[in-house]
Amino acid sequence: MSVVGKTAENAPSGAREYLTFRLDQEEYGIDILKVQEIRGYEAPTRIANAPEFIKGVVNLRGTIVPIVDMRLKFNCSHVEYNGFTVVIILNLRQRVVGIVVDSVSDVMELSPDSIRSAPDIDSVIDNGCILGLGSVADRMLILLDIEKLMSSVDMGLISIGD
Amino acid sequence: MGESYQEGTGSGADFDLTQFYQIFFEEAGENLDQMERILLALDLAAVSDEDLNGIFRCAHSIKGGAATFGFADVAELTHQMESLLDRLRRHELQIIPEMIDVLLESADASRSLLARHQAGGQGEVLSTTDLVARIRQLVSGVVSTPAPPPPPPPPPPAPAPAPAAALAPAPVAAEPLPPGVRRLEIRIGPLSSIDQADAVKELFRDIPGLGTISDLPCSLADTRLFLVETSSTNDDLLDLFAFHVSKDQVEMRSLDAAPAPAPAESANPYELFGAASASPAPVAAPAVVAAPAPAPAPTAAPAVVAAPAPAPAASGAPKGGGSQSAQMESTTIRVAVNKVDQLINLVGELVITQAMLAQNSRGLDAAVYQQLLAGLADLDRNTRDLQESVMSIRMIPMSVVFSRFPRMLRDLANKLGKKVDFVTHGEATELDKGLVEKITDPLTHLVRNSCDHGIEMPAERLAKGKPENGTIILSASHQGGSIVIEVRDDGKGLSREKILNKARERGLDVSDQMPDQEVWMLIFAPGFSTAEVITDISGRGVGLDVVKRNIAALNGTVEIESFEGQGMKVAVRLPLTLAIMDGMSVGVGDEVYILPLSSVVESFQVNSDDVSTVAQGAQLVKVRDEYMPVIALERIFQVPRVNQEKSSTIMVVVEADGSRVALLVDELLGQHQVVVKNLEANYRKVPNVSGATILGDGKVALILDIGGLVRRARY
Repeated sequence: MSVVGKTAENAPSGAREYLTFRLDQEEYGIDILKVQEIRGYEAPTRIANAPEFIKGVVNLRGTIVPIVDMRLKFNCSHVEYNGFTVVIILNLRQRVVGIVVDSVSDVMELSPDSIRSAPDIDSVIDNGCILGLGSVADRMLILLDIEKLMSSVDMGLISIGD
Repeated sequence: MGESYQEGTGSGADFDLTQFYQIFFEEAGENLDQMERILLALDLAAVSDEDLNGIFRCAHSIKGGAATFGFADVAELTHQMESLLDRLRRHELQIIPEMIDVLLESADASRSLLARHQAGGQGEVLSTTDLVARIRQLVSGVVSTPAPPPPPPPPPPAPAPAPAAALAPAPVAAEPLPPGVRRLEIRIGPLSSIDQADAVKELFRDIPGLGTISDLPCSLADTRLFLVETSSTNDDLLDLFAFHVSKDQVEMRSLDAAPAPAPAESANPYELFGAASASPAPVAAPAVVAAPAPAPAPTAAPAVVAAPAPAPAASGAPKGGGSQSAQMESTTIRVAVNKVDQLINLVGELVITQAMLAQNSRGLDAAVYQQLLAGLADLDRNTRDLQESVMSIRMIPMSVVFSRFPRMLRDLANKLGKKVDFVTHGEATELDKGLVEKITDPLTHLVRNSCDHGIEMPAERLAKGKPENGTIILSASHQGGSIVIEVRDDGKGLSREKILNKARERGLDVSDQMPDQEVWMLIFAPGFSTAEVITDISGRGVGLDVVKRNIAALNGTVEIESFEGQGMKVAVRLPLTLAIMDGMSVGVGDEVYILPLSSVVESFQVNSDDVSTVAQGAQLVKVRDEYMPVIALERIFQVPRVNQEKSSTIMVVVEADGSRVALLVDELLGQHQVVVKNLEANYRKVPNVSGATILGDGKVALILDIGGLVRRARY
């Protein structure tokens, strides 16, 4: 009985909440459960020989956290660091990673039927890292599988052989 | 281990003993260690009563605990050990080497039995029947003393039997008893509360193998009389009873041995009671005894018969096992390691915050902010003290490591037919617990190696004019920020020639001109062994390279000194702790890097005349007639030059793995303790970097991996 009630209740919504952020003109969404906190940008300690989009590491209350600039990873044209630049601290499988974005816009609830599967596109990231495209009013939201993206080999965040 | 603890707390209604398992296992382990230590230190020629009592107490505590928790096999084995030890400490038996052997083996067996119980009863069942039989034989058979062994004579100070003794034995002794079992009449009183005597009765119910007890009528209101059948000695019983009634309230009288003459009747403090209460005894006794008495098993001791019954109740016995050790440990507490680690992390944070405050307050006007600055100075001092105290929690003495070697060496020397004396120095030297755990295996290997390859056979030693017994010395001492552990032996030492030959065989790049130090280090190369006979102890050529690698992983180093024919010394140098280290911060461009201070040899302003280049621009610097490679941090870490005024003009000579390189930096910023953080927790391994730390201003600074830099420069 309770099972029936539960599915009946959850089926139409089945909805998940997404944190949306902007990179240049594009708007992205990530699963809000992966987000630990949002902070202002502070200059990290550079790590030699790391890819350009890895800005370095910062001290987050005693934990050393790497910072990835998504704008550099996604080849945005403008990349500047000012008082509005935001770092989203993600908690992915016991690891903590910060990503730099232009701005955080909203938290949105999206039901599965408002998500379209993404067409095969040629982009800097693996298509498998895109969960789908959400349409909210007339805006298009690119939903990222942030965990998959961050643990992919070309992010260089994890030692090979881990 | 943790699991059984969890299960215990989760269970419901019944009083659940499993939650105490962990404590019991730890205590039993400590008791076994202690027993082993005393056994090994025993001087057979002059055995002190104190040692024997010490060993006895250990066995006794384990037995008590094991019985309570229903580990019948352990209880049985320790019970047998206890019987042997009891006879020894009463000087009824002469101690012989076989006894030490069998006791050590029994301790090992108990350890495996306990380990099996700890694992929830999984694994192979170890049979102790052989050991038990051997102990029994020692207890009874080999004795050459005139007294027949089975009924041990009562201890000398035992009170003389009461007058009724003459009446009692006849009817009672008619019952056949299993070997080793005695009948006793025990009188307890005068008691303030008669319940105390009932508690004693419960002991017999709760402890398997202790024996049987039954009431005898007694006319006095504050005194109880019991008939007891047991294989335990009077002292054992008194020890057990001691938790409920005081010793002088208990009077024991053996019923089956011929009653000892009672000349000192007037000396008996209980004569008043004795005369009055004993008279009804003989009438009632046989009837009571008949029911539980005839134990069926003729060979197995009563303990075996009673053992299978699990003993879930917790009364007399846990006190027996627990409270003794509780007394010993009243000045210490057991704390989970992760709690301590958490504390250390928090203090690390506090230190960083404190440093940040100190830095930010530097520019303040001392006249205006006098109070604030005084407060900050106090904070500085207190934080430092706190940090030191917290770090000391994790420090444990080296004796924990050293204590395992006497036993190992004894067995090893016996196996090899060598004679080895083992000497330790500096057992009190303290080291971080994490390091202690990791250093134990490498040290074991070095000690085995000394015994196996270093020390010669006794005949060979005598022929060389050395004492027959070889000596292995293990010592630990603090030297600056590190601990140095040395394994020294007076054996044959390393043979330069043999090592070089072997190295050539293996195709290693060696020359006859190599300095000794480098030749000795060859024995740490993988697959290198110079033992002529490969034994099962060492000499397979695996190991020494692992030793070196394990020590290097702890930021430690190994050095060898050797004199052929006279012995060798291996010195292992380790940092005191892995969590905090002394660092030197250096500036390159606008960036700060940390060098482990332990690897810094010297620093100097570079003179361009001293730097020369080779081939493709590799730089060498001449320091006091020695050329060493130059590593410019600016180049290796691709430091951007925003500020063109600065340039790298300072050389810091660092050393790792016995070789030195000069690091070229802009400036030396200072020396301080840094809390070492793992970079790989959230990121990945970075070449030439061993970790990271947080500076006073909250920024992250990378700690250089000197070993990596040196290897990079050399190869």
